[in-house]
Amino acid sequence: MGKTLSEKIIGKHSSKEVKAGDFVIAKVDVAAVQDGTGPLTIDKMSEVNLTQVKNPEKTVLFIDHAAPSPRKELSNAHKKLREFAKKTGSILSEAGEGVCHQRLVEDFVAPGNILIGADSHTCTSGALGAFATGMGSTDVGIGMALGKAWLKVPETFKIEVFGEFGHNVGPKDLILSLISKIGSDGATYKALEFCGKTIEKMDMSGRFTLCNMAVEAGAKTGIIASDETTKKYLAMRNREEDFKEIKADNDAVYEKIIKIDASKLKPTVSCPHTVDNTAGATELNNIKVHQVFIGSCTNGRIEDLKIAASILKDKKRNFNTRLLISPASKDIFIQALQEGLIEIFVKAGAAIVTPGCGPCVGVHAGILGDGEVCLSTQNRNFKGRMGNPEGLIYLSSPATAAYSAMLGYIADPGNI
Amino acid sequence: MSIKKGTAWKFGDDISTDHIAPGRLFHLRTNLPELAKHVLEDARKDFASEMKKGDFIAAGRNFGLGSSREHAPAIIKLSGVSGVLAKSFARIFFRNSINIGLSLIECNTDLIDEKNEIEVDLKNGIVKNLSSDIEIPITPLPDIMIKILNEGGLVEHIRKHRDFQLL
Repeated sequence: MGKTLSEKIIGKHSSKEVKAGDFVIAKVDVAAVQDGTGPLTIDKMSEVNLTQVKNPEKTVLFIDHAAPSPRKELSNAHKKLREFAKKTGSILSEAGEGVCHQRLVEDFVAPGNILIGADSHTCTSGALGAFATGMGSTDVGIGMALGKAWLKVPETFKIEVFGEFGHNVGPKDLILSLISKIGSDGATYKALEFCGKTIEKMDMSGRFTLCNMAVEAGAKTGIIASDETTKKYLAMRNREEDFKEIKADNDAVYEKIIKIDASKLKPTVSCPHTVDNTAGATELNNIKVHQVFIGSCTNGRIEDLKIAASILKDKKRNFNTRLLISPASKDIFIQALQEGLIEIFVKAGAAIVTPGCGPCVGVHAGILGDGEVCLSTQNRNFKGRMGNPEGLIYLSSPATAAYSAMLGYIADPGNI
Repeated sequence: MSIKKGTAWKFGDDISTDHIAPGRLFHLRTNLPELAKHVLEDARKDFASEMKKGDFIAAGRNFGLGSSREHAPAIIKLSGVSGVLAKSFARIFFRNSINIGLSLIECNTDLIDEKNEIEVDLKNGIVKNLSSDIEIPITPLPDIMIKILNEGGLVEHIRKHRDFQLL
């Protein structure tokens, strides 16, 4: 019987044939924590006297959620991560180096790997053809120490996408539409395997956006077969040797197959306070926007910034709308500087935020006032997400966000 | 796993980890007793201050969606909640709760009203609504999770075996 991508990868890591529904102990290739979850991981490990990590060069501690630290409590949490990294030989990703999920795909995760991360958007790395899933501090701590984790092999939904995207419509509109269709718990425990002609033609940036948001439908991971596009991406990161072709069998068994025609999609926006509560951007012209945020592990890549810059070049943000832009990693920041994108943004009136998670997770750098509306390219709009339960968060693509920043209300970039 | 009795506090669908342990209190994550004073504050302002040790949460669909923050189930447990009953749970929250020994019970919570008295016998898988005198069927946990829960959580499991002894 044929196997899905998840069954293949988990089987390889547990040295036996597996099928959906099986429970296994699987070898872990890469383990990661961030500054919100890592301190508790360290506490849990020390509770059982686990003082070392199995693979230090593949254990990464990220300072990204509160980077640079806005308060002494968080500065002390950062100290703890730095000391642990030093003691165990693990890798520390310092403030300014970027959002963990972007850094993981850039330099750490390879096709065929298993990644566990104490952050729910760990599924982003699945776009490389890896099995990547979010867990809590305890699970990841034990995984770091023992080099393995217990897993249930997930059933898979095959998401087959065909057709060309329309003007200023893209992967973010696709994933928001899919989540709206299946619901915020429509894929709980499942893997979402994205495939089809549209995915084959999609760049890695778009694939990361899709897999990043798999968890917003409740999924355990999003995953995509590795191919020439994956290979080129790894080569660009000087990691060509990490490439391995991995794809699902033609006769793999799927729990469900969902087909989507990309040509029928429109610029899509999630409305407060759940991701599956979507509307077309054109239907929301009456929503005035106080803040636009372009960045995050969902849409802070160079391709996203280029789209935003193409709309904002020689333009100004609306007088009543502040604009925050944060490249997802240091290398993306450098490229954006070299290509003149940052100058376009600053001239348009944007505040540039250090690569990291701050605004999206409501820790610092972009907390909303009471009753204020933010249109953001991030992945979540839960009540209180951006630091204030009285704030209202809408989610969109970079194109919709940039165009709306200019006009001051939610606007359809298909009209540009 | 003894029989537990307590009062039910009702919550709706899609209660996220941001409702339970919001990002604006990120700096309290290294001070769980202080963070626990704000548990579920953004879903129900009266809960943290008025709940009594031993009470139950009775929620709708997809309880605990969102972040991987283990602090969310940790502060529910720390505040003295006996267990969370819900129509369904989000995956990472589910796993985290079992790992730290917080009881989760999947059942039809439409059969529970605000402030009903609930009795839970986890060992035999029986939930009773004492106020309406009905027994509510529950979805059993997978064996692997019962093992972890019986040993007091994943940390205790590892303390005992120094490895996974789950399959």
